[in-house]
Amino acid sequence: MNEMNITSAQYNSLDGENVSIQVVIDGVSLSVPMNPANRHYAEIMRQVEAGELTIADAD
Amino acid sequence: MAKDKLTDYDSTTPSNNTDIGGISVAEGMLPSAVNNSIRELTKQLGAFADGTDGIDVLSLADDDASHAIKLQAPASVTATTTFTLPDGDGASGQAMITDGAGTLSWAAPYGNRNLIINGAMQVAQRGTSTSMAHDGTTNSYGIDRFKMSISGTHGELDGTYAQVSDHPLSANGTSLKWTTGTAETSYDANSYVYFTQKIEAQNLQHLNYGNSNAQSVTLSFYVKSSVTGTFAVGFYKEDTTTRIFNQTYTINSANTWEKKTITFAGDTAGGGIVNDNGAGLWTSWHLAAGSGAVGGGSVGAWKSYNDLTDWADGQATNAVMTTASATWQITNVQLEVGETATPFEHRSYGDELRRCQRYYYRISESVVGAGLMYGIGSYYATNDLRVLVNLPTQMRTTPTVESSSTTNDFRSLRAGGSDYFTSILSAGGTFVNQAHLYTSNVSGTAGYSGVIGTGGTGTSFMGFDAEL
Repeated sequence: MNEMNITSAQYNSLDGENVSIQVVIDGVSLSVPMNPANRHYAEIMRQVEAGELTIADAD
Repeated sequence: MAKDKLTDYDSTTPSNNTDIGGISVAEGMLPSAVNNSIRELTKQLGAFADGTDGIDVLSLADDDASHAIKLQAPASVTATTTFTLPDGDGASGQAMITDGAGTLSWAAPYGNRNLIINGAMQVAQRGTSTSMAHDGTTNSYGIDRFKMSISGTHGELDGTYAQVSDHPLSANGTSLKWTTGTAETSYDANSYVYFTQKIEAQNLQHLNYGNSNAQSVTLSFYVKSSVTGTFAVGFYKEDTTTRIFNQTYTINSANTWEKKTITFAGDTAGGGIVNDNGAGLWTSWHLAAGSGAVGGGSVGAWKSYNDLTDWADGQATNAVMTTASATWQITNVQLEVGETATPFEHRSYGDELRRCQRYYYRISESVVGAGLMYGIGSYYATNDLRVLVNLPTQMRTTPTVESSSTTNDFRSLRAGGSDYFTSILSAGGTFVNQAHLYTSNVSGTAGYSGVIGTGGTGTSFMGFDAEL
């Protein structure tokens, strides 16, 4: 029942470290912390593991 | 004076009680007066027993009759009132309450008994109206803590999820309202629509789920819809064994506020609710369900969740979603321990806002005003400004950061100037009580301080999302 329409995902990097994931969900840009208790991160990881989403490297 | 009822008798001087209902029992009375006076006395006892005549004080003496507990009416009673006691004892810690009509029952003590946050739909930090569409936003927390989901395959559906000034009891109260725009022609088997509030698991430990002493809970709410019929409402538990329990309610009259009260037995199986900051119970109101989202047998009792057929079982109409301009509204949602619905627990706006901000916090120019500063920090490098935003309460978990994105929504102040930019490009790191924001759209001096504020567009905002 957790459904999110994620249309893009890219790591945000700071000082050479990935610190969050920039995603667009339902057309809204979000910075998602890499914490499994965060619902957005949990769904991102679910979709990645299901092969439905790829997270691009940071610029 | 004739003693016509028990309260007429002199309790200290027996010789004063020589006239029982007009029958003399004084010295030398006629023998027939013995029978008659006993009959009169039993009539008076009968009148006492059935409540026709009362007594002044009910005295319950202790074992040696040295002291007593006494119950009595006030000196002056405006109107005769009958109190009906509950059928047996309540649970530990419960208090006796009245329904306003003299019927007493056991309920959790007033104050902090509503497990639902924002049940009166007062707080809408994200705004008072959200457009939903099958090909657009399909999941949204429009009103704080109440998520709407359009799930599965929809081909036409869109509409508006709004906070409106329409309330069953208050002239200026608020309610949650769904209005269908373009109706869905028909429902695919795997399609469904619902509103839900997910309750944090660690706030539900007193329900004792998974144990034999699991507590019943009672859900009450006002609902109004342009569509009559039978709707499903229920609980879904994710932890350990996934469990579900739906019940149904009927909207009898179109466009009329109706109060619904539904009691759910506690779940004695399923392994209980893990004591953490995850989702404990989903409380869901179903608005539509295809044939594949009903029929699983989850109505009436807890069962282990099998598949989607359990999800909205009991939902008997999809007309809210298949009828253009159809509406469905709800407010004064209360979920409490016990089998009685007590009056809705009013909380102040500030109290509800603080509770909501554990899950979502928005600071916006339209609410706070022009000149709002989000955070203060320093230039790590010429094109690298990092600022700190303190959150008003500890959030449930590390929040997602969202920001508005209108041109020049944000402005950084630096020595002798400012830079405008459109969004906070990334969050350098967030915690449950603060967020570190970062932007490269600046040109300051490394080591100098700087701030990020609104750009004066009127649309600037930042949001922090730790919803379940």
